[in-house]
Amino acid sequence: MNKTINQKAWFFVIPVFILVAFNAVVPLMTVVNYAFQETFGNNVFMWEGTRWFKQILRSERFHAALGRQFLFTGIILLIQIPLGIAIALSMPKKGIGVPICLVLMSMPLLIPWNVVGAMWNIFALPEIGFLGHTLNDLGFDYNFTQQIGDAWFTTILMDVWHWTSLVVLLSYAGLQSIQPAYYQAAEIDGASKWAIFRHIELPKMKKVLTIAILLRFMDSFMIYTEPFVLTGGGPGNATAFLSIDLVKMALGQFDLGPAAAMSLIYFFIVLLVCWIFYNLMMRNEEQK
Amino acid sequence: MSKITLKNLSHSYLDKQSSNADWALRNINIDWRDGGAYALLGPSGCGKTTLLNIISGLLNPTKGKVFFNNKDVTLKTPVERNIAQIFQFPVIYDTMTVYNNLAFPLKNRGVPDNEIDKRVKEIAEMLELTKTLYNRASGLTADGKQKISLGRGLARSDVNVIMFDEPLTVIDPHLKWVLRSKLKELHQKINRTMIYVTHDQTEALTFADQVVVMHDGEIVQTGTPVELFEKPKHTFVGYFIGSPGMNILPCEILNGTTIVDGIKISTNNEIKQKSNFSKTEIGIRPEFVSFSEDGIPVKILKVSNTGRYKIIDTECKSGKIKVLSHSSNKIPTGSAFLSFDKKHTYTYGDNRIIE
Repeated sequence: MNKTINQKAWFFVIPVFILVAFNAVVPLMTVVNYAFQETFGNNVFMWEGTRWFKQILRSERFHAALGRQFLFTGIILLIQIPLGIAIALSMPKKGIGVPICLVLMSMPLLIPWNVVGAMWNIFALPEIGFLGHTLNDLGFDYNFTQQIGDAWFTTILMDVWHWTSLVVLLSYAGLQSIQPAYYQAAEIDGASKWAIFRHIELPKMKKVLTIAILLRFMDSFMIYTEPFVLTGGGPGNATAFLSIDLVKMALGQFDLGPAAAMSLIYFFIVLLVCWIFYNLMMRNEEQK
Repeated sequence: MSKITLKNLSHSYLDKQSSNADWALRNINIDWRDGGAYALLGPSGCGKTTLLNIISGLLNPTKGKVFFNNKDVTLKTPVERNIAQIFQFPVIYDTMTVYNNLAFPLKNRGVPDNEIDKRVKEIAEMLELTKTLYNRASGLTADGKQKISLGRGLARSDVNVIMFDEPLTVIDPHLKWVLRSKLKELHQKINRTMIYVTHDQTEALTFADQVVVMHDGEIVQTGTPVELFEKPKHTFVGYFIGSPGMNILPCEILNGTTIVDGIKISTNNEIKQKSNFSKTEIGIRPEFVSFSEDGIPVKILKVSNTGRYKIIDTECKSGKIKVLSHSSNKIPTGSAFLSFDKKHTYTYGDNRIIE
């Protein structure tokens, strides 16, 4: 096949190129610039080499934040994915219930993140919040501003409330695309409910679930606004996840060099985990 | 193994029905003999699949009853009815091997492992799946996948009936022929009742001993392929079966004689008394029309040669008539007269044969 040579096509690419340059490439390069140098303002820079990277990788503070981050992401994935699938499975397949459920499910996703944080902050306050007050009335010693366990519990509950819907909607779309013949055949083959889930629904949902897990991993790994508004990273550093710790370092302490190095390490961790996960899923696909 | 009886069966997908058009099936009465090879033939949307799903128990009929061996099973589930059904598109369990796919319906019913193994290998042998038995099912071609669906249907040795819902739709034409003869062979080997749904007359006529023709939610005729060809009981059967289909011409019935274009026609089913049909027609297959000295005057419109036969399109006052003639016969040009073979000419009142 002969390709038509038409250099005019570049004109269509240029706007996107400029846009991406300004919102991704240029800021990223600035961060790279900071990560290898020391600055005291006034545009004066001194070359530091890999010093900041070594410092961050050896710092206990970074290890602790990274540990908290993986723990948080792990917990919310373990809750949200099965819960999302379970809700999607129990949603109606047709009738008036479908739009009602879909709208209800989309609601948490439409609320701005800082509003979610503020809502849950007020909701969970031990003296005046509905959740906090009720729990204390029931005899639980609940105070998310003082106790580490309660702070984690509230943060996780908030994230589950905010984001499980995304998993539900994706799983529901996957379920809806299964042809009725599969269920009919399974019924005739005498398959149990579990066997239908295990051998029809789960395999057919695999692709949307891959996307759901990837999205939830990235979003929860980079979570900032909601815990910042809810707990501010506290009590102490108990809920200071990576991005909260990063902002503290960059804007609180104005350690721009180490903060830039940390951003890059953070970025590579996200990239690496996504890459490994995606390749594992795809290799599985090729084996078929 | 059992005889299947459908009694006064009607089905509608709507909650309220006001006219005939609201019914997908209307008053179906039929017996399926144990061990018979049946084809359910009809155009798309005539209710074939609905009927099949009612027999299998995937659908509960709005009215009427289903009997297996004279036992009422109308409200029983597909598992309780113990039937097998193969769908239009291959349905396979992607994550399992071919072996496990075939074993699945047996495992679900708690058949012992050594028996499953024996049975699966037997089925695989029969369907020529032995080579790929331990491969993952999702890697197979469309016809390989459909063979798995077929195999799952055949895996249980005690099913009451095996139903095929246009199973060869996604199969390449040359493989279609192979699989179809395979099915025919299987039927002779396992001697189980089979119902084969299709809209393709060749498929129906080659597979079945008995063909059930459906039209607009009704069964219009049941019979052997020869019966359907020689004595269509409904104008639709005449038109749908045979290529080209039957010639249908409006006629008048006066004092027991059938008149087309003012000319008296003798038919196989002469009517003695005056009838009160809103519409009367005669039907004659192109094979039984010939040119003669006198008869119905026609204009010759077109002659097409199909090899062994010529199809001649002619037109009389009441409509078009196709004539099938051996290619060695001489065909008149311009205008001619047609005569109809009395033995194969039938009179229809309101689309049904007058008896």
